[in-house]
Amino acid sequence: MPSLSEYLFISGLLFSIGLAGVIIRRNIIIIFMCLELMLAAASLTLVAFSRFKSVDGLPDYDGQMLVFFIITVAAAEVAVGLAIIVSLYRARQTVYTDELTTLKG
Amino acid sequence: MISPLFYLFAALMVAGGLMVVFMRNPVASALSMVLSFVGLAGLFVGLNAYFVGILQVLVYAGAIMVLFIFIIMLMDLQKSDKDHWRGTSLAAGIAIPAILLIQLAGVLATVENSPKAPEIGFEQALKATDTEGELVYKEGTVIREKLEAGRLPDTHLIGKKLFTDYNFPLQVIAVLLLVATVGCVTLSKKSAAARVAVKANVRTISDDETQKDA
Repeated sequence: MPSLSEYLFISGLLFSIGLAGVIIRRNIIIIFMCLELMLAAASLTLVAFSRFKSVDGLPDYDGQMLVFFIITVAAAEVAVGLAIIVSLYRARQTVYTDELTTLKG
Repeated sequence: MISPLFYLFAALMVAGGLMVVFMRNPVASALSMVLSFVGLAGLFVGLNAYFVGILQVLVYAGAIMVLFIFIIMLMDLQKSDKDHWRGTSLAAGIAIPAILLIQLAGVLATVENSPKAPEIGFEQALKATDTEGELVYKEGTVIREKLEAGRLPDTHLIGKKLFTDYNFPLQVIAVLLLVATVGCVTLSKKSAAARVAVKANVRTISDDETQKDA
């Protein structure tokens, strides 16, 4: 089984890819997907720490509980976020962040 | 010990993530996200977190991705010329994560002996007692039977934790989901003014048609 460092590095790599996507892309839906990637990277870190810490000989399930809640909150967030994006699209007919300049001075 | 499966799933996950960022077509991006999460689920299973792995596939690949693709199709987003790469944001988007990653690699490289995963101690778990000296995993429970058989009852343990230690957060998360549902319905309802406008529009069109017929 790989060591903890490898898991943490892979998780950091996924987080970085998500961050890169949020900075590079201008399609708001894809930015949203990249946010999901970042959340998933955090989940991987939590599961790795949960497995590498032993409580009574078993993995520490507190970490996995937190992942459970992350997934639930992410699902709710996606539903609300996509509803907001649809309303935005109805109002402005665009999903590109650089065209949504209503508040720009 | 080299673990080829770990590298396979990690490569799958990273490749999927890169495709999400660099695919021009939004639908292709959404499908790449599934690839990435399947790789991630494989890593979870490798970490003995079977339940969380399955949950990742069910919730993300089964529900969230479908929602994304539905919205993309609804808006009829095609590959567009407007989505070209701008030099500044591309440079920033590569430089900032690269700095983050180099820093992380530097920190991990200084760790002399990265911890190895402890073996799952079934015997130790069977003997575990709480503060009052009672057995944590009581006689006659499914968890105890499976532990005695040398298997990890992952889902049962998560259920036990969820309904004892995390009971209140579970109730709160239920309320959160309800609030999110109500919010979605509120957001996606058309306003009353828009409905009136649509009705008026329909009426004028039908009036025009009756005049034409006459």
